[in-house]
Amino acid sequence: MSECFTVTVEESGAQFSCLDGERVLIAMEHQGLKHIPIGCRGGGCGTCRVRVTGGRYRTRKMSRAQVSEIDEQTGYALACRLIPESDLTLRLAGDGPGV
Amino acid sequence: MALTGVLRAGFVQFRVLEMDEAINHYVDHIGLDLVEKADDGRVYLSGYDEFDRHSIVLREADAPGVDFMAFKVAGDADLDAFEKRITDFGLEVDQVAADEQPGVGRRIGFVLPSGHRIELYAEMARSDNGPITENPDVWRDDPRGMRALGFDHCLFYGPNVAEVCRFFTEALDFSLTEMVETPDGPIAVWLTSSTKTHEVAFVDHPDPGKFHHVSFVLESWNDVGHAADIVSRYDISRDVGPTRHGITRGQTIYFFDPSGNRNEVFCGGYTYFPDHPTRVWTPDQLGKGIFYYEKELNDRFLGVVT
Ligand code: FES
Ligand SMILES: [Fe+2]
Repeated sequence: MSECFTVTVEESGAQFSCLDGERVLIAMEHQGLKHIPIGCRGGGCGTCRVRVTGGRYRTRKMSRAQVSEIDEQTGYALACRLIPESDLTLRLAGDGPGV
Repeated sequence: MALTGVLRAGFVQFRVLEMDEAINHYVDHIGLDLVEKADDGRVYLSGYDEFDRHSIVLREADAPGVDFMAFKVAGDADLDAFEKRITDFGLEVDQVAADEQPGVGRRIGFVLPSGHRIELYAEMARSDNGPITENPDVWRDDPRGMRALGFDHCLFYGPNVAEVCRFFTEALDFSLTEMVETPDGPIAVWLTSSTKTHEVAFVDHPDPGKFHHVSFVLESWNDVGHAADIVSRYDISRDVGPTRHGITRGQTIYFFDPSGNRNEVFCGGYTYFPDHPTRVWTPDQLGKGIFYYEKELNDRFLGVVT
C-alpha cells in the first residue's frame, strides 16, 4: 500500500491527503477542494504557485518564468508539479516569480 | 486568384517543458503527424489534411509560451511589398534566411505592439503525407486520436489591441470579423485574411507576448465530442467545454498540453467575405459571446496564459 501524506494550507488551515507520487494540486482537486487556485495543471501558468514552509518534497520541471532558480531554492513551487515526500505545509504565493 | 497577399495562418512555433510528453500529446492524442525531429531539438508536426510540410513547431525550453506565428503569403514579391508597408506603419522588419526551418523559404519578421513576434513567408515544401490529389480518398491513413485536420489559428493576449488591429487591417489587409468594443475602444479582436472567421485573435492583457491558445480544426461536432472522450480517457487537463462560442459560432473544447499551453479543437463557424460587416459585442454580453451556452466567463479562461 502506498504512503499517504497530509498537506496543510496555512492561510485557511485546510488539510487534504496526497498519495505517494501524487501531485499536490491534482490530489486537492480530486477531493473537490479549491484552496489552491487551479490553472493549467502543467507547470506553465503560475496560477497554483505556493511556498512550501515545512516538509520534504520533489518537483517536476516547472516554468522558469513562474519559479526562478532563487525561488526554487527558497521553497517556491507550482502545486501542480509538487510531489510530497513527507507531510507538507505551504502558503499561497500566486504573486509571480522573483518574490 | 481572388485571394491575394496574406493567405492564411501557416505555422506556429511554441515552447514545451518536456518534448517526449509533448509529442505524445500532439501526435497520439490530438492526432498530428510527426514530420521531423531536427538536430537542434525542434520537432515539426503537421495535420493529415494539410498540403504543406509542417504547421506546428515545438521547441523544448525552460518556460512554455509562444516563440512566433507565421502567415503564408501568395508569392515571394509579396514579402517585399509587405516589408515596405510594415516599415511604413512603423514596425522594424528583420530577415530570416531560407531553411532556418527545414523546407521553409525566406521569412520576414516583426514584433507587434502586443509583444508578439509575427513572420511572413511565401514558400514551404509539400507534405509527404498530405491530402491525395488524384481520385482522392478522404485520407491516406486512418486519422488518430482527436483526428485534427490541421492547425487553424492562435489567440494571443497582450497590450495595445486597438493598435494591433489597425496594423493587421492597414498593413496586411486583414478584415476585422468580430470585436468586443468598450467606450475606450476594442478589448478583443478577431482578424481574418481568408473566408475563415479568424486566422488570429487578440485579447487585451497587461503582460505582452502571452499565448492564450493554439487551435486545431476538426470535421464535426461529433468529433468535438470524441475529443472530449479522449480528454477524459487520458486525463488531459480540461479547461472548458464541449460548448459553443457566440463569437465566430465555433463548437469547441479547450484543454491544456502537458506544459500548460492551452489548446482548442473546434469545428464550424460561418464563412466570411470581405464585404461583410464586423460583428460587435458589448462587454456586458461577453459571457454569451465567449461561451454561448453557459453565458458566463470563468476566471481560468480569462486569466490563465503561458
Ligand atoms: S496550474 Fe498552471 S502552473 Fe500549476
Ligand atoms: Fe480559438
